Amino acid sequence: MEFFGKIGSSVEGGLAYVGSLTMLAGRAAYFTFIGPFQGKPLRFQRAAAQAMEAGVRALPILSLITFFIGLILALQAAYELRRFGAISFVASAVALSMTRELGPLITAVIVIGRSGSAFAAELGTMKVSEEIDALETMAINPVSFLVAPKFVAMLLMLPCLTIWANFMGILGGSLFGVLQADFTFWRYIIASLDALFMRDVMTGLVKSFMFGATITAVGCLEGLNTTGGAEQVGRSTTRAVVMSIFLVILVDLVFTMLFYFLGEH
Amino acid sequence: MAAAADIFGADTSFDGPMISLRDLRVSYSGREILHGINFDVQRGETLVILGGSGSGKSTLLRTLVGLEKPTSGEVWIRGKNFSAISEAERDEIRKRLGMSFQGGALFGSMTVGENVALPLEEHTKLEPTTVEIMVRLKLDQVGLSGFENFLPSQLSGGMKKRAAVARALAMDPEILFFDEPSAGLDPIIAAGIDQLILELKKAFHMTIIVVTHELASAFLIADRMVLINKGDVVALGTTEEMKNSKHPKVRQFLDRIPEPAVAQELDYLQMLTEPSTKSGEGRQGKSR
Repeated sequence: MEFFGKIGSSVEGGLAYVGSLTMLAGRAAYFTFIGPFQGKPLRFQRAAAQAMEAGVRALPILSLITFFIGLILALQAAYELRRFGAISFVASAVALSMTRELGPLITAVIVIGRSGSAFAAELGTMKVSEEIDALETMAINPVSFLVAPKFVAMLLMLPCLTIWANFMGILGGSLFGVLQADFTFWRYIIASLDALFMRDVMTGLVKSFMFGATITAVGCLEGLNTTGGAEQVGRSTTRAVVMSIFLVILVDLVFTMLFYFLGEH
Repeated sequence: MAAAADIFGADTSFDGPMISLRDLRVSYSGREILHGINFDVQRGETLVILGGSGSGKSTLLRTLVGLEKPTSGEVWIRGKNFSAISEAERDEIRKRLGMSFQGGALFGSMTVGENVALPLEEHTKLEPTTVEIMVRLKLDQVGLSGFENFLPSQLSGGMKKRAAVARALAMDPEILFFDEPSAGLDPIIAAGIDQLILELKKAFHMTIIVVTHELASAFLIADRMVLINKGDVVALGTTEEMKNSKHPKVRQFLDRIPEPAVAQELDYLQMLTEPSTKSGEGRQGKSR
């Protein structure tokens, strides 16, 4: 009996957590979409600074990693395809797995490591040093001032980064294609593009959009919920990273299932 | 009577008590911290809230500026019930308040100038050049001229506090709150902060609320004092009245007499440690 009680209370805790994430995202959405019509202008400059940090500065490491992932995918796919003499399918295998799954996912993981953790650390530090309180006493809403620009930046940047990641992955695959599978570079790219339908790219982008919302909400919520001192900021950051990875995978699963069953018809 | 208005368009004609507390109770997770606080603060008055650690004085201050919600009772600020009005109205009142936090709470990613400019940029439609002038003015007032482009991390403890005061002054508040203004500062710097508070009081006729446990500073700046102990108002009066008070808690606080329980604990600790110390004269000297 106690066992079921424990399951019950952790499910309740989980739902409450998702509830607070949704509420935070909802308030940020209010300040982004409705606030500007009520005389509370959106802070474009802050959003742009966040987009620069979370998006543009992530490009080098994202490019490198997704290039390698593309190459790894090609090697792994070719290992099996070679046995059937179908090595030329390596291009479509890489293109499909990148755009549908690994592009959005790897991008999300990198952004969690770079930005999700940074959000939690930044807001957590501000919380423990009373800076959040200071904003409130100055009649500046912390969600509007700190969280909403992060949402705007992430929701714009994650799909962009994902497109770039897809491209870099295909580029990584092409290295194998050209060296080992008798492709020319352009033929490899054309083979990749031929394998892709708009649907594949779009499902990936929808997922990446959701990942962006998840990462921002978790990072900001963990930061804002920090109490105590500096060591708690570290703990919040860790929690933000672990929770984000878990929730991103969960969101990924839900949307992949959704697209799978929708795609049947 | 024509309503007076300042440059921000806010009504400055209110002449009732600036702050009025009615049986204010605040609880944290089921535990009551403040058990029914009552007092008024008049315009232009400096009230010092005294109390030991854990007395509830910080909670009282946080409730006054609206960072904590009362579980029951009322906080009236400028004739408005702070906890019964809408968020928008509360924000309007908050623009008339300035708060200097214990650690300064300056935004680390912004320069001192940007910190001071922030409330002006958020709440007024002043031109950037005007904002710049006002920032310089506020920094002059606290003795930090020329530090606009420094980051808070480049300032010393006392300078950080001054910068925080400049930010609190940015909107020309009617009520200024200080949380432990001299905590963590050396006596000379702390005296400088006291001086600053006195100057603000004299020059702008501001209502000032200071939370502290520094007695010397309290007696220097206060018009009236309130002593909080374990969530209750023990005594409230002018500095003279407090000095002459016979109330045991007031005497204990002002004469710095340790709690009997604490004294007993020390004896107990001494009893425990003494047999094990071999012949430590130095230790005896320390344990007193």
